Amino acid sequence: MIQAHGASLCCGLLHGDCQVFEESILSVVSGASFNGATVAVRMTGINKRFGAVAANADVDLCVQAATVHGIVGENGAGKSTLMSVLYGFYQADSGAIEVFGHPATIRNADDAIAQGIGMVHQHFMLVDTLTALENVMLGAEPHWLLQRADQQVRAKLETLMQATGLHVKLDVLVADLPVGDRQRLEILKTLYRGAKILILDEPTAVLTPQETEQLFEVLRLLRKQGTTVILITHKLKEVMRLCDHVTVMRAGRVVEEVPIAQASIEGLAEAMVGRKVHIGRVDGDARPTENVLLQANGVIVRDAMNVVRLAGLNLALRAGEIVGVAGVSGNGQSELLDVLSGLIQPTEGHLSLGGRDFDAASWLDPQTARELGLAHVPEDRHARALVMEFAAWESAALGYDGLPEYSTLGWLAQDHMRQATADMMERFDVRPRDVELASSKFSGGNQQKLVLARELGQMPKVLLVGQPTRGVDIGAIEFIYSQLRAMRDAGCAVLVVSSELDEILALSDRVIVMNQGRVTGELAIGECTESGLGMLMVGEGE
Amino acid sequence: MNTSHALPRWADLVLLPIVCLGVALLVAAAVVAMVGQNPAEVIAVLIQGAFGSARGLSYTLYYTTTFIFTGLAVAVAFHGGLFNIGGEGQAIMGGLGTGLVALWFSATLPAWVMLPLMLLAGALFGLVWAAVPAYLQAYRGSHVVITTIMFNFIASTLLVYLLVNHLRPAGTMSVESVAFSESAKLPNMRTAMAWVGIDWPASPLNVSLFLALLAALAVYLYLWRTRGGYHLRAVGSSPGAAEYAGINSRHQIVIGMSISGALAGMVGMNEIAGVNGRLLLEFVSGAGFTGIAVALMGRNHPFGIILASILFGALFQGGAEVAFEVRGFSRDMVIMLQGFIVLFSGAMVYVIAPRLAWLLAFSNRVFHLRTQTPKSGAAHG
Repeated sequence: MIQAHGASLCCGLLHGDCQVFEESILSVVSGASFNGATVAVRMTGINKRFGAVAANADVDLCVQAATVHGIVGENGAGKSTLMSVLYGFYQADSGAIEVFGHPATIRNADDAIAQGIGMVHQHFMLVDTLTALENVMLGAEPHWLLQRADQQVRAKLETLMQATGLHVKLDVLVADLPVGDRQRLEILKTLYRGAKILILDEPTAVLTPQETEQLFEVLRLLRKQGTTVILITHKLKEVMRLCDHVTVMRAGRVVEEVPIAQASIEGLAEAMVGRKVHIGRVDGDARPTENVLLQANGVIVRDAMNVVRLAGLNLALRAGEIVGVAGVSGNGQSELLDVLSGLIQPTEGHLSLGGRDFDAASWLDPQTARELGLAHVPEDRHARALVMEFAAWESAALGYDGLPEYSTLGWLAQDHMRQATADMMERFDVRPRDVELASSKFSGGNQQKLVLARELGQMPKVLLVGQPTRGVDIGAIEFIYSQLRAMRDAGCAVLVVSSELDEILALSDRVIVMNQGRVTGELAIGECTESGLGMLMVGEGE
Repeated sequence: MNTSHALPRWADLVLLPIVCLGVALLVAAAVVAMVGQNPAEVIAVLIQGAFGSARGLSYTLYYTTTFIFTGLAVAVAFHGGLFNIGGEGQAIMGGLGTGLVALWFSATLPAWVMLPLMLLAGALFGLVWAAVPAYLQAYRGSHVVITTIMFNFIASTLLVYLLVNHLRPAGTMSVESVAFSESAKLPNMRTAMAWVGIDWPASPLNVSLFLALLAALAVYLYLWRTRGGYHLRAVGSSPGAAEYAGINSRHQIVIGMSISGALAGMVGMNEIAGVNGRLLLEFVSGAGFTGIAVALMGRNHPFGIILASILFGALFQGGAEVAFEVRGFSRDMVIMLQGFIVLFSGAMVYVIAPRLAWLLAFSNRVFHLRTQTPKSGAAHG
């Protein structure tokens, strides 16, 4: 039946001499029937050690052809290692790989592509200064004259786009493409090279809810056409929506492999972490007061290109409440955090904080903000929150090195700083508990816990948090949520910016929705529905 | 993509430079053999010349002194994320400052006022010469690499102009100033050692060696023990995080470059106050650029820079001996050897490090198998 499907498709697209393409499209749409096998990938007894750490221990994985197979697990559970073995980045210490029923030796990405395996990485591998089309043919130019190559590739791509619904403007520079388009381009690129098995590593991490939905539509279509999809993710909701099977990994081992019909979010979360977790809403303790700790009025922020990023924003944060900022990424949430913490200057606006008033002519700077009791957990952990090369104890004092317990007359009190860091690690369960370890060597969750420990350590009155759990394990999410709630209960005013709507709904007492630099809605948590917020997020609310 | 093995710290700091040096020597030896010389003999003469006698050692340490100053200068700027190529010009200006103060005041002031004054003047001239490009980088966006290179040319022509037109005594042919009075001369090591009763051979080595070691200590303390150094390193490693921490990166650029320039400026104490006792041309002769190699090899750490300076000092001194002793072996061969060392310890580190790491991991595994103590899995992720 799938054969017939492929054939009919090809009839529609024949363009004379594109023999190779015919095969590649055929293989795209008829992956399942390739050699009659129903198992696309079978990995048996995969072992991979890095020094003393077993990244993969006796891992078995069986992926049925023409299905979407989810692999979930916390950071460091071994899912990326397993896929790297499949894609040829690493060689397994022992174990066997079969692709469509044939034993396969995959030494590098070229071998993987020859076996019909394509991978879309979390961080896109695209050249910004080339067009979409040039990116696709980069390294696989069918003709040494670029103009000839261009024509051939364009013809093939257009039919491929027709067949898969992956539409990308081919002549636009990648730098000018939205993130969702870049991802489609990456998928297109792997399909163009004849991938029958598509590995996607955290594909929705950078997508808006709408883009995610579009991606899932495409993946469903690809599945229907016979492509096998392996989805690495930590978002269980998406697994439940899209996958046919799911494999759960923990500490290098497969702990569960079930058809999706037998899986539940709670069950998968428990399997991932190894204990019961609760990351949903905890009601009850909020006691918002009328005590306004931060008041911003008419704040206008323009970027370097003079584009308005915040258009006259008003905001009041009260003691004892968590305010969530919902919105599609890039609608001014980042600028809101930056302007309130003094990282950028507004062109207009007024701010009251800790008994001081600021206007655009003399805005506060990050140091003043800290002194006035404002703590900021930045969105970008790597570029802002930590100096990656610094030892943990050095990063744990970032912004606070002027405190009397950390320095005297310009000399660092190293022993105190180390001791304070050790205390932070103990209180926030940062692992490993090594104050000398470089900040970059901690996992995302542990880095975030260290940042939180630092920012909460001075008992701030106002706490700004950007993407509290981006790249953080599910076990640590629970902990971070409880810490944020504890701050609120202690009388702190907390502002949470997150691109995950679930997170906003789980944490906030009050939700602000932003679109194009404006507040398009403000709701008490009781009035929030996912669809209602979604409408406000795209600027179509009442 | 297979860089899964990280080097342990000790191997990164000790083993790796030694391996790189060994590879450089091997390749250089092969080239020496290719031109028909005996590599073993050349290396023996080189080491003998650099360390074999008190006099040879003395010359080695004299070169070392200058390299420590210029190496530290490069390293401090580097920790602030800046590539200071202007060590040469800053050293020239430092020497000029040292020399001018000596020419103006040495007849009237005693040594205990004169020498600190010369040090300050040298450091200040170097500082200013680095601060101008730093200001242009911080507030105007002109790249510091370009401007410092240009400032090298300006410094060197300025020195020529001043010497030829103003500082040269009338009627002399050589382009140099008059000799300073005794109060402006830094004690020679022979003199200094004689105070404590040690007989040390005459050489250009002088007490500015101790000044260089003190400077290395000061740089270490500044970078890793003070808030200033903490801020400078934060700006150098992560400008975004520094901004978030409330550190003014423009100030740090100017401060870092100023310290860098002041360190380079102290070269004048060794060459002008310590050796020549007069202002002349060519007293830096490329040491500012060698400082880049020294910092690279010393991994931008003061202790590493001292070791790398000794190595380069030995190459200069031993190389001169080889060129003198071994027939048919020119000074160019010594420069080739330096080139290999810079190549292998600078650029090829990234080729050698993963292989070394793999080798270490392999030997560790063999060791573990033999001792039958499987380590329990450490916390990962």
